[in-house]
Parts: sequence; C-alpha cells; structure tokens
Amino acid sequence: MEKTERSERSEILSILVSNEPGVTAKLGSLFARRGFNIDSFTASPTNDPKLTRITIATTGDDRKFNQILTQTAKQEFVKTIDIMGKKSIYRELLLLKVKADKRDRSQLKEIVDIYRGRIVDLSRQSMIIEVTGSSEKIDGFMNMMSCYDLIDVCRTGVTGINRGDAGISDSSDDEE
Amino acid sequence: MRVNGSQLVMEILLQHGVDTAFGYPGGAALNIYDALYEYSDRIKVVTAAHEQGASHAADGYARATGKTGVCFATSGPGATNLVTGIATAFMDSIPLVAITANVPDSLIGRDAFQEVSISNIVIPVTKNTYFINRIDDLEDALYNAFRIANSGRKGPVLVDITKDVTAAMTNFKPRKPMPLNPLPTFSKADLKKVADMINASSKPVIYCGGGVAASEAGPELLQLMDKAGIPAAHTLMSAGVIGYDHPKNLGMVGMHGTIAANKAFDRADLMIALGTRFSDRVALNPEKFGRRAQKIQIDIDTSEINKNVVVDVGITADIKDFLTQLLPLIKENGHEEWVSLAMGWKSTTGDAKSGDAELHPSEIIGAVCDMTDKETIYVTDVGQHQMWSAQYLKHEHTRQFLTSGGLGTMGYGYGAAIGAQVGCPDARVIHFTGDGSFHMNLNEGCTAVSENLPIITIIMNNQVLGMVYQWQNIFYDSRYSSTDLHRKTDFIKIAEGFGAKGFRAETPAEFKEVFAKALKEKGPVWIDCHIAKSEYVYPMIPGGGTIEDMIIG
Repeated sequence: MEKTERSERSEILSILVSNEPGVTAKLGSLFARRGFNIDSFTASPTNDPKLTRITIATTGDDRKFNQILTQTAKQEFVKTIDIMGKKSIYRELLLLKVKADKRDRSQLKEIVDIYRGRIVDLSRQSMIIEVTGSSEKIDGFMNMMSCYDLIDVCRTGVTGINRGDAGISDSSDDEE
Repeated sequence: MRVNGSQLVMEILLQHGVDTAFGYPGGAALNIYDALYEYSDRIKVVTAAHEQGASHAADGYARATGKTGVCFATSGPGATNLVTGIATAFMDSIPLVAITANVPDSLIGRDAFQEVSISNIVIPVTKNTYFINRIDDLEDALYNAFRIANSGRKGPVLVDITKDVTAAMTNFKPRKPMPLNPLPTFSKADLKKVADMINASSKPVIYCGGGVAASEAGPELLQLMDKAGIPAAHTLMSAGVIGYDHPKNLGMVGMHGTIAANKAFDRADLMIALGTRFSDRVALNPEKFGRRAQKIQIDIDTSEINKNVVVDVGITADIKDFLTQLLPLIKENGHEEWVSLAMGWKSTTGDAKSGDAELHPSEIIGAVCDMTDKETIYVTDVGQHQMWSAQYLKHEHTRQFLTSGGLGTMGYGYGAAIGAQVGCPDARVIHFTGDGSFHMNLNEGCTAVSENLPIITIIMNNQVLGMVYQWQNIFYDSRYSSTDLHRKTDFIKIAEGFGAKGFRAETPAEFKEVFAKALKEKGPVWIDCHIAKSEYVYPMIPGGGTIEDMIIG
C-alpha cells in the first residue's frame, strides 16, 4: 500500500449484514470504539430475508477508511462492505412540519414545487412537506426553509444504489 | 438423542474435545451446573473463587495447551465478573468460549434479579456474541462460537443462554465441529516481492509477534533467520518462540526491550514484521519507528496492516503458511557483518541490580531458571515483575510464557497459572507476581488448594505499586500518589490460611533454599521475596521516544 494522504473526505458505505438480533448494536459499537464517524445510518430489509442493508455516511482520511473497511469486513455478521462511487444514486427523504398560516401558504407552495416536493398534510396553522432527493438537495431545501418557523424536521438519512446491471458488491463501480 | 439445553451444551463441548472448563455456579446457571454434575466423568469443571479467576484460568489453559478455553458463569454479576478476563483474551487473541446463563426469557428486560445484558456489554471485547432465548438457536450458536474463536485471528466468543432454554428439550444429532474459516490467500507476486526485498537487503531484521506463536510458526521462523542471516527480536507476546540463547535472538523489543533489539530496529534497512500490530509499547514513536527500514508486514488480520505504522508491503496471511511458501525463494546469506554488529549490542544491558536490597529480581529469576527444567511454564501478573520476567527468564519454547500483554491485566496471573497447571499437569507452573498484582486476585489461593495444584507463586514484594512508582519517580518528581501503601499484609499467614505453604526470602541464598523446598511440595506454595522499591525496570524508552531517549539505569 502506498503512503497515504491525510485529507478528510466523505463517503457512503453500503454494508450487507445478517438479519439477526444485535447486529446494529454491534456495528454501532464498532464505529464508536474505533473512533469512526457516523454522519448518517440507515438499516432496512432486502430482497433476501436473511440479509439487512445498512448504509452509513462517514468521513475520514485514507488511513481511516482503510481501518473502517477492514475492521467492519472482519465482523462475523458482515457479508459485504463497499464504498459507493460518486456516480451512484443516493436518496434521502425529508418530512418537515412548518408553521404556515394563510399568508405563508402560497409562498411555501412555490418553494416546495421548485424542489419537486409535496405538501402531504395541511392544518390551519401548519403544513407537512415531503421532499426526496440527494442529501445536497435536501440541504438546499432546508436552507430555504430556515427563515420559516419549523416545528419538526425528520430526515431518513441517506441510502444509495449503484447504476448499471451489477449489484453493489459485484462491481468496482467508479471507485478510485 | 433427546436432551435438554444444558445437556446439549455438554454434548457440543464433547464434540469439540473439551474435557476441562472453569467457572462458578449460580441461580440462573443451575441447570447448566446440573448437567456438569451429570457429565463430570467426561468434563472436569474447576470452580474458581471469583468468576474473574475462572476467566483467566480458561485463558491460561488455552495459552498453555493451544486448545480452546471454556468458562461458565451465572447471570448478572457472575457474567460481568468475566469481562476483564474476556477483554484480556481479546487483546491477546486467545481462543475462549464463555458461556453464561441469563434469567428466564419471560423476565428479560424487566431488570429481574441478577439480570444483565452481558451479550451487549462484551460486544467491544469479543469476536462475536450470541444471546440465545430459543432452544432451536442454541446448537448453531455453540458450533459457531468454537469456529469463530479459532478461525483466523483467534479470540473470545460469548454465548448467553436464558435459563428456560437451558431446561428446554430438543433433539441433538452429534456432528463434528465446523471447519475453520479458510486461511487467507496471497499471490505468487506478493511472495516474490517479499523474497526480493529480503534477498536485496543488507541489514534485515525480523520483528516477531504473538501471531508467530498463534500459528505455531516457530520452526519456519528459525529457518528463515538461519537461511537468510536475519537477527530477530520478539515482542512480549512471542517470548519463547526464539530460544533465549539462539545466536540471532536480539531479545525483546520495545519500551523495556533490549538495547540490541531497539538499536537494530533503528539501524536496519529492512524490517519483516510477522504477526504483530506495531503496538504503542513497541513502536513508541510510530513516525520514527524503524525509520531507516523498508517495512514488510504479514498478519492474518487485514485490519492490522497499516493500522499503527504505515508499511511498504502488507500481506494478509497465516504466518506459518506464508513462511513455508517463502523459504524456497530465499537466497542463503550470512549477513555476517550486520549480524555480528547487531548481536554485539547485546553486551550492553540495563542495570540488573538497581535496587538497594540484598535480593534482586534478576537473581530470583536466574535461580528459578537454574533450578527448573525446560518444560516449566512461567505465568506473570502485570507490572515491574512482568518486565523482569520477560527480560531475565530463559525462554525456550512457545506456550511457555503466559502474560497479559495487550490489556495489561493486574490480577491475571494466579487464575492463568491455575488454568495452565490444570491443562499441563506434567509441567511445573511458576507464577511470578508483585505484591500489587497479587493483592488483586490472591483469593484464587483457595482454588489452587482445592485442586491441589503445585503452583509456586513468587511474590516480588517491594511494598509499592512498582511500575507506577517508577514512573512517578522519573516523570512526576517523586510524587508517589497512591503507590506507597504501607500495607502490612503477611503473605505467609495468608498462604497458610488458605491451606497452602508460605516461605519468605530476603537474600539470594535464602531464596534458593526455599525455592528448593517449594519444588518438593505437592500443593501450592507462595514465596514472599523482599526486594527494594528502588529497583527499577531498565532499559526503558519513555512513551513516544526513540532509541536516543533510552534510559539504561
């Protein structure tokens, strides 16, 4: 291995693990004790009932990523671990409740339309907005909403899949 | 066959060749202990004074015999008392299967009496954990536990079983243990690259770690040293892999390592690291460690490659497998000039008699070596006596020196000595300890007496917590915070209180006399050796330092 640089970067990891009790606790414990960041963590079932897909957004330098990958890969319950490439498709879901009276509604509707979001619930004093997209898009939308009176913000965290015919672990994608 | 959960545990232990286990009974473990009673003709269970002692005993048994250590504990405090032993085994990659009983599943999560989620507590210090609350999951968990503990880099696995499962009935069809995970593969190109680097080097040095012992690669290592003319230094974990009097053995490397080993590492142009993690007690300054050398690292655990020190070539492989394939590619070379230069540095040593008492640790250890045979097993606790034992013992073979290297567990020694003596009844076990470490777990004296184990405990008694005291002297302006304790413990009376023998020694002649008596005893003996608190461990390189910072004494 070449001597590596120490510049921090963000990456999305896609980890396939056994669907058994305690797996998320074990993975979370590993990240905590080894000093790995978790910027976002999602877990969900897959097409195989024995497997769970965990998607983690994390940051580190080359050396840290080497540790994250090898320490995670050696866990008994981890089947595969991949760094998702830049060209993969990522999505996050945002549900947001904002104070909105009659005067705000049309203005908010305009912003939601620009971000291709939807207003999914409307009350006299508030509305619930749903936006799906890349984390950058959600960040951008949140920035626009920052001048409103937000009641609750719920983001799912990022999940991702690679383009083309191959499964996540079958291709090297556009990794460096 | 029709069995209950506890009988199933016994049957699976038998399938894995387990005939000895260590533990402590309790409420939730009643069914398991009832099965141990039933199977007592085939599985001997040694009951410790404290679950921590049982966990260290299972670890010492595993280190001395090469088999898997097994320990049992009940729920709650029984289980938490195992944690230090499990962590000790984890840090030193020792195969251990810990089986705990938990409260019945109907009470789980209700803060029931003696309920604790041990399978969650030990996640960071195990290779895997299982919480079993369904009888159908028990068989696979136990088979997997043994496979995982012994596959790749070895280590502990915990299986926690709810009490209802230990009583539930099931069918068991005996089957052989699962095959271990396959060894990592490496390419011919990797082999050739390493061989080329070794063949081209003029000042090569081998950095031998515990992985060499774990993969039983001692013979191959000696062949490489001989064929390519490479001097080697060992870590604390691999003391004994290279015989103490081998003409190319530089001795131990690291903070309290030899001048020769540390100097050779500093001057070498090629460092071959085998089964070692460049720990902070060896690579004290990771930026300057082996600064003139190209580095090759071979380890069975990929995550160790480049973890602490960035190397030029890192290969994931079993050490024995790798060396066996590497040897034919190595050209014969004597490196006479380099070997004689490096080995010449061995003539300078640290001060072996820095204390102002009549008895010095180097004399105690020297006498022990002179008066015991090659098969003797040495076990240590943690502190100054541990380093003296590493430095002065005449290590002859693998599995002869048992010590808590990674975790540095004070109180490890007596339990581990019990495990080693139970596992190796034909070898004599000598337990070196300090008055600080021994105070932690000397309660296992009762176990050594119950089992009638002829363990000789040598207490290097300097009346202080010596290693910390030494640091306070050197780095904290002699402010002896909580290390000079003015304890009035009479170890001879305690030994006698347990039903063991106790002796005292204040001079080398007295030590030899009482040690000779101790060797004739059939049960446990303690020897209280009075050494000076001014006796320090030398040489010493402070943390973060290099060879230039070495204190010789």
